[in-house]
Amino acid sequence: MVTSQLVQYIVSGITMGSIYAIVGLGFTIIYSVTGIINFAQGEFVMLGAMIGFSLLGLGLPLAAAVVISVVLVTVVGIVFNLVAIQPARRASTIGLIIITIGGTLFIRALAGLYWGRDAVPLPAFTGEQSLRFLGAYIQPQSLWVIGVTLVLMAGVYVLLNRTLIGKALKAAAINRRAAALVGIDARRMSLISFGLAAALGAIGGLVMAPLSFASHDMGVMLGLKGFVAAAMGGFTGVWGVLLGGLGLGLAESFAAGYISSAYKDAIALLFLFAVLLIRARSLVAGEEGS
Amino acid sequence: MRKVAACFLAMVMLAGMIAFSACDGGETEEAETYKIGAVFAVTGFNSPLGEPEKQTAEMLEQQINDAGGIDGHQLDIIIYDTESDETKCLTSVKKLIEQDGVLAVIGPSSSGESLAILDTITQAEVPLVSCAASSKIVEPVDERYWVFKTPQSDTLAVGEIYAYLTDQGISKIALITDSGGYGSTGREQLVALADDWDMTIVADEKFGTQDTDMTSQLTSIRGTEAEAVICWGTNPGPSVIAQNMQALGMDLPLLNSHGIANKQFIDLAGDAANGVIFPAGKLLVADQLPDTDPQKEVLVSYKEGFEALYGEGTTNTFGGHAYDAIMMLVSALEEVGPDSAAIRDALENITEFPGTGGVFNMSATDHNGLSAGAFVLIEVVDGEWVWLQD
Repeated sequence: MVTSQLVQYIVSGITMGSIYAIVGLGFTIIYSVTGIINFAQGEFVMLGAMIGFSLLGLGLPLAAAVVISVVLVTVVGIVFNLVAIQPARRASTIGLIIITIGGTLFIRALAGLYWGRDAVPLPAFTGEQSLRFLGAYIQPQSLWVIGVTLVLMAGVYVLLNRTLIGKALKAAAINRRAAALVGIDARRMSLISFGLAAALGAIGGLVMAPLSFASHDMGVMLGLKGFVAAAMGGFTGVWGVLLGGLGLGLAESFAAGYISSAYKDAIALLFLFAVLLIRARSLVAGEEGS
Repeated sequence: MRKVAACFLAMVMLAGMIAFSACDGGETEEAETYKIGAVFAVTGFNSPLGEPEKQTAEMLEQQINDAGGIDGHQLDIIIYDTESDETKCLTSVKKLIEQDGVLAVIGPSSSGESLAILDTITQAEVPLVSCAASSKIVEPVDERYWVFKTPQSDTLAVGEIYAYLTDQGISKIALITDSGGYGSTGREQLVALADDWDMTIVADEKFGTQDTDMTSQLTSIRGTEAEAVICWGTNPGPSVIAQNMQALGMDLPLLNSHGIANKQFIDLAGDAANGVIFPAGKLLVADQLPDTDPQKEVLVSYKEGFEALYGEGTTNTFGGHAYDAIMMLVSALEEVGPDSAAIRDALENITEFPGTGGVFNMSATDHNGLSAGAFVLIEVVDGEWVWLQD
């Protein structure tokens, strides 16, 4: 029984941690390319899940709903960049971050108007019958979450390290001015990073929603925890975010299981506090580097 | 400065009144409108409570005014949305009292918000009829002179649940409660009454109102000797728990509070909702009640009126709490007219008043006025509410 409990905590910790990692990856990509912490990342997650819900309601098959939802949210990310970020590109980084907070509130309020305030269910991708593993129960959807996370992480890793666009993104991330000098269009890179982050967020929302529910305000907590995951990963690189997300998910799960479930969210905020204390200097340094 | 503004406002209003009476053809005897304030969580995470409360208030205002008002006085219910936020709620209540000059206040929707405005209400000496459940809202009564509430107290719900478990021969229970105001006061009652019913609490877990995964807490519960799980919270938390329990293959009986007494719980939890048992007001099973039930008439008429406006199957007990609050205020207004202190006294003297939440018998020592019969146990069977008769 004790082993099975431990395994169960690990399973739910890894599942939630994977989601935090996907959300955190979006933060990381935009931050490393543009220096902006995009607080609208959580809203991309929400839009992915809610648009998916609406498309399923129209009778579309699951695969089509997922693809169309991801495409639409990517467009939202690009439009958000064009409409809100580009015109203000001369503003300070702090100014741009505040613009993303404004965008967050705007998107959440619109979503609340359109979809209403209630939570909605999404069907699991492949059945709801739990699998037994070392005495623990695993929902098939958890496997989807973990699998999709690994695929996305690997995909983004390959994109950044093995393709021309990825190298351009990385170059812009390392030194924007030098990148511009060799002909890398910073505006285009900013656009691509927002589109990519939006797509990642949407996929995250779509795979996680069947585990719990989707609602217009789900982006608040997910955005915060994704931010913690990204900050723990140092806002650089794919594997740091993955470790950050999993660490946070496992810490929450163990805290809820062994210490007290009342302190679950406090754990995430404690992590955030610690990370900000330790990393604050390097985050600011990154900003000065631009 | 304030005086100048007040004079200016008074002049504008006077001008407005003259203009109004002028187009009315010089009619002078216009009965004064009775103004009542309402604060509901129309948006935010408590919107499943606040939305039907607002709809009920709008429906009643229309119905009462169409029928000629209260003794010829039109009723004006001024509704503010608290956005499920305690601070916002407090600001709105102050605005209702200071700027709108209301005779009494209805709401708020949640226990946390209600507790947050107690001091303001007491200082302003305006009667409040809360639509939230926690017994702390009206106790201790000598400190809650101006405060009443219509939902049945947690104590009654806990008693109903413990009586059922005793019948089933269950004595070891696991608690999983929302860490917010509603869940924590419910938990206090569950703990406080456990000894009276010989219940042993073998697990005491909590969850956050916005949490999306409770498998960790449920896993620890499975490691105990619990024979039943009692969950206390409002959606979506309890739906997540029902689904998580199903996913974890836990077949312990799951009992819930009246916090899940809306269709949203069934919509969200789907299959996992079946078999869940919870206490709730009789409104949910109005059609299944015998005609001799003293509440049957008011329940059926409220339900029919509400569903005619807002659609089939939309009635829920939260709207019912607002119905009871407004109807009691209306009856007090009919009796004593527009005087806040007199309205308070009239509310305290309400007896044998059939509402949707039960038959109210207010007194100087009981500002809720409901007794054990107010709750019935309901089981979800094939996605429908079924009255569990003793």
